[in-house]
Amino acid sequence: MAIGVVVFPGSNCDRDVRWATEGCLGVPTRFLWHEERDLSGLDAVIIPGGFSYGDYLRCGAIARFAPILQEVAAFVERGGRVLGICNGFQVLTEMGLLPGALTRNEKLHFLCEDTPLQVSPGHCQWLQGYGDGETIRLPIAHGEGRYQVDPGKLQQLEDSGCVVLRYQANPNGSVGAVAGLTNPAGTVLGLMPHPERACDPATGGLDGRRLLASLLG
Amino acid sequence: MPVYSARVLVSLRPSVLDPAGEATRAAANRLGVEGVAKLRIGKAVELEIEAPDLDTARERLSLLSDRLLANPVIENWTLELATDGQGQGSSSPVGEG
Repeated sequence: MAIGVVVFPGSNCDRDVRWATEGCLGVPTRFLWHEERDLSGLDAVIIPGGFSYGDYLRCGAIARFAPILQEVAAFVERGGRVLGICNGFQVLTEMGLLPGALTRNEKLHFLCEDTPLQVSPGHCQWLQGYGDGETIRLPIAHGEGRYQVDPGKLQQLEDSGCVVLRYQANPNGSVGAVAGLTNPAGTVLGLMPHPERACDPATGGLDGRRLLASLLG
Repeated sequence: MPVYSARVLVSLRPSVLDPAGEATRAAANRLGVEGVAKLRIGKAVELEIEAPDLDTARERLSLLSDRLLANPVIENWTLELATDGQGQGSSSPVGEG
């Protein structure tokens, strides 16, 4: 078992993710610089939070063209597991690996707080450690996390069990209170909350630990 | 090779909430400017592109607008393209998505 963590210019949660996977869970982890193309030996790839390439133009719009992400798209095709956290979720939508887009928070504030979430694991491989309907608390830290998709597509996502994490208080105004989405195969998970910041008792809360530990089977 | 100047206007789709536009509209009221019923914020991207002819320039700019400058999930775009190939001259909307 080995995990790769993508590092763009402007990523700022890459080291937190590595601390969670390697420091807290003991999973060998290596950084993947955005210009690299080598994913050999990896069982999962995590795209961390931050401001990739300064988030110029739109969040995740420029990151989409990074060499490493072309390999990540091929990795997903082969059934590889990919987790996109915060900016990583924005990148996954820009890449088209998950539908919809993340837009400016409804009230414009940058939100930095713990928030309760309802988990519906369904077929999502990253969430098998949680019970159906379980409530967990994870920190959020974003200015552009309002999930947006047209009503027809949202219904389709709901019906197919792809909406796997919902805000209980919907702090950013997301349609359908969507906080996290999986793909039809259940291999890709994108979420705005930060599970890596809830893995170490020193930083408060352990609800993110099972998400990362689920990869260990 | 001719150089065409162009401008791509990117706007949020009408169905997408624009909280920054709403906040700016509220500020317009505080400034004392009355009657601002709608204010939505987009982006204007100014470009110069070398291309053998106008059609090719339009084709490349449409691809660029669709795949990079705008995210069709939440945004629409309009292309204005100067027709003289000298990097100037009058421009008019010639494409949208």
